Amino acid sequence: MDTLIEAAQQTQQTVQKKTRMSGAEAMVRCLIEEGVDLMFGYPGGAIMPVYDELYKFQNQLEHILVRHEEGATHAAQGYARASGKVGVCIATSGPGATNLVTGIADAMIDSTPMVCITGQVPKHLLGTDAFQEVDVISVTIPVTKWSYQITEASEIPSVMAKAFYVARSGRPGPVVIDITKNAQFEELDFEYEKCHKISSYVARPAIEMEQVEAAADLINSAKRPYILFGQGVILAEAEAELKELVEKAGIPAAWTIMGLSAMPTNHPLNVGMLGMHGNYGPNVMTNECDVLIAIGMRFDDRVTGNLAKYAKQAKVIHFEIDPSEIDKNVPTELAVLGDCKEALQAILPLIKENSHVEWLNRFRECDKEEYEKVIKGETNPRDGELRMGEVIRELNDLTDGDAIVVTDVGQHQMIACRYAHFNKTRSNITSGGLGTMGFCLPAAIGAKMGAPDRTVVAVIGDGGFQMTIEELGVILQSGVNVKILILNNSFLGMVRQWQQLFFDKRYASTEMVNPDFQLIAQAYSIACKRVEERSDLAASLKEMLEHDGSFLLEVVVGKENNVFPMVPSGAGVAEIRLE
Amino acid sequence: MKTTYTISIFTDDRVGMLHRVTSCFTRRKVNIESLTTSVSEVEGIHRYTILVEMELESEVKKLANALEKQVEVHKVFYHTEDDIVYQEIALYKVPTEAIVQGDAEHIMRAHHARILTVEPTFTVFEKTGHRAETQALFEALEPYGILEFVRSGRVAIMKPTRRLSEYMEELALAAAN
Ligand SMILES: Cc1ncc(C[n+]2csc(CCOP(=O)(O)OP(=O)(O)O)c2C)c(N)n1
Repeated sequence: MDTLIEAAQQTQQTVQKKTRMSGAEAMVRCLIEEGVDLMFGYPGGAIMPVYDELYKFQNQLEHILVRHEEGATHAAQGYARASGKVGVCIATSGPGATNLVTGIADAMIDSTPMVCITGQVPKHLLGTDAFQEVDVISVTIPVTKWSYQITEASEIPSVMAKAFYVARSGRPGPVVIDITKNAQFEELDFEYEKCHKISSYVARPAIEMEQVEAAADLINSAKRPYILFGQGVILAEAEAELKELVEKAGIPAAWTIMGLSAMPTNHPLNVGMLGMHGNYGPNVMTNECDVLIAIGMRFDDRVTGNLAKYAKQAKVIHFEIDPSEIDKNVPTELAVLGDCKEALQAILPLIKENSHVEWLNRFRECDKEEYEKVIKGETNPRDGELRMGEVIRELNDLTDGDAIVVTDVGQHQMIACRYAHFNKTRSNITSGGLGTMGFCLPAAIGAKMGAPDRTVVAVIGDGGFQMTIEELGVILQSGVNVKILILNNSFLGMVRQWQQLFFDKRYASTEMVNPDFQLIAQAYSIACKRVEERSDLAASLKEMLEHDGSFLLEVVVGKENNVFPMVPSGAGVAEIRLE
Repeated sequence: MKTTYTISIFTDDRVGMLHRVTSCFTRRKVNIESLTTSVSEVEGIHRYTILVEMELESEVKKLANALEKQVEVHKVFYHTEDDIVYQEIALYKVPTEAIVQGDAEHIMRAHHARILTVEPTFTVFEKTGHRAETQALFEALEPYGILEFVRSGRVAIMKPTRRLSEYMEELALAAAN
C-alpha cells in the first residue's frame, strides 16, 4: 500500500530544474517531457530499473505489455501512424532487442517516427559475451535513422531529446537508444531541454522559390498533367494543400498505398491506386501524361515496375523532403526540395485555374474497362465462393469510409487498399515498403490506442494472422476494441497466386492447415463468428462493427482467387494485365 | 569502364560512426579500395577519405547522398583524380644484408625514397607518392626480398578553394530552418 501511495505522490511532482535522480527515472521523465503517455514493451533483466520507474509513473505513462517484442514495434508504428505522434517501444537486451529488428526496419522504410529503448548489459561487461549481450547498435545501423548507446546516466537527457527530434523531424524514422544497466542505476542531475536542431542535420530544406516558379510554369502549361502522391503528404499534414492544388489545376491524382486516405476516395479527381496491383488507368496513364508531379512519394519499384519503361515521355517534377530520393529511381526535370506542405503553399498562388476534362475522361474510360473485367466480379459476384473484394465492399457500406483500416501483407492487403473507402486521412495503415507479414494485428491495436475515437478494422490473411497471433493477449488484457477481419483462403494467397501465374501451379509450401480461429478467439475471450455464406456476410460484418468490444470475424473466401489487375514483375506499368 | 572516385566525408567524431559510414557502402555492394580517417581543420570534425572504383557517376552521387543523409554526417564530396591533390605513404622492410650488398643507394635516389631506420637485420624505407610510384619501388626492392610492406589509404586535398567552415556555416543555417 505504502509504495502505491508513494508512487502516486511521486508522479504528482513536477520536474524541477536539476533534480538528482537515477538514470532509470530520468529515462521515464524524458519520455513524459516529450509528451509520451503510452508505450509498448516487454521487460527483462537489463531494462528492469526503467520498468521499476514505469511502475511508479504509471499514472502518467501507460505501458502496454505485448506478447512478443516485434508486436511492440508494430503497435508503436500503428500508434504513430494513426496519431501522428512518435511511437515508443521498450525491450530488454539480447533477444528482446533483436526481436525489435523487423519492426524497426519496417518503420525505417515506411518513414514512421519511432523511438526504441533497449536495455544493455553493464558498461564493464560490454564486449565480453555477457548474458543476453547483443551489439544492438551494430545490428540496427542499416535500419535506423539514428542510434546511440548510453553508458553514463549524465548523457540521458540530451540523448533522449535528440532521439525524439530525429525520429519526428524531416523525413521521420526509427531511432534506437541502447542504455547500459549501470547508466540506469547511476544518478545524475536531471534537467531537460528539448532538441530543436542539430548542426549536421537539415530536417527541412528551405524551399527554393526559383524551383517553385519553374514547377508552376510547367504545371500551368501542361496538357496532360498527372499527380502521384505518397505518404509525404500525410507526414507533412498537407492534405488540404494537395486537394487545393488538384482542384485548382484540375489535375487527376493517384496514390501509392502509403499515401492512401490523404484524399477522400470519392473525390472526383482521385483516380485511384498506383502500382503492381493498382488501378488500370493510373498505371497506363503514367506513360501518357506530359507532366508527372510526384508529391511525397519515392518511386518504389512496386509503383514503377520496369524503370526503363516508366514515364519516359513525361517531364517529372518531384516534391520531396529527402534529397537522397531525388533522381534515385526516376530522373527529374525539376525537384522542389522541402516539406511538401510548405512547398504546396508556395506554389498554390502561382497555379492557374484549369481543368483537363478530356484527359480525365481517359482515366474514366480505363475505369470502365477495369470495372467490367475486374471490379464487378470481385466486389459483386452473383454466385460461387465469397471473394475478398465483396467483403470490403460490404464493409464500406457499413462504415461509410469512416473506419481506420489496418492491413497485413498479401492478397487481402491489395484488395483492401484497392477497394476500401476513406473519408479521413491517416486511415489506411499498412506495411508498404517492407511488406511485413504479422504487422496488422499489433499495428491495429496500436492504431486504436492512438485514435481511440475511431473504429479500427484489422484486415488480415490467415497466414499473417498467425505470425503475430500472440498479440490477442494484449486485447484480452487491455480490453482494447479492435475488429479483426480474417479473410481466410487457407493459403498464403499472394505467394500462391505467383505460383499459379509464374511457376505452373506448383504450390510449394503455400497451403495452410489452420487452427480453429473461433476456438482461439474464445480462448482469449474475444467475441467471434465465422462466415461461409454470402447471405450471412453483411449481417455478420454489422454484428462485428456494432459489438461492444473486440470481435474476430473469419470470412472463408475462395481458395484460389487472384488479385488483378497486375503489372507482372519486370514489366512496365503500361503492360498491366487485367486478367 | 570503372573510374576512381575519392569520397571525402566530414562527420562528428564519435563511436560507431565508421560503421554507419561503411554500411552505406556495404548495402550497395561497393568495395572500399582504401580508407583513411583523421581529424580535419575544424575542431571536432572527423574526415574520412574513401576510394572507390565505380562505373557510373550517378551511382557515386546516390552513394554520396545516402552518406550525407546520416544525421551526424556534415558534408560529403566526391572527386575524380583531376580535382584533388593526393598522396599515399608506403613502408618497406628489407633485409639489411641484401641492401648493403646491392645497389640500395641508387634505388633510393631514383625513387625519391627515404631510409627510416637501419637495424642490423632489417632496413625500413619510406616512399610517399601515387599508387604507381609506391608500386614501382616495391618492384625495385622485390629482388632483395621484402620482409614486410604496407601502404596507407589515400589522403587527398580538394582543389576547389572553399573552406569547410563555410560549408558548415551554411549547413548550420539550413539546420535551423
Ligand atoms: C514476414 C514475411 N514473410 C514472408 C512474406 C512473403 N509473403 C508475402 S504475401 C505472403 C502470403 C500471405 O498470406 P496470407 O497472410 O494468408 O494472406 P493472403 O495473401 O492469402 O491474403 C507471403 C508468404 C512476407 N511478406 N513477410
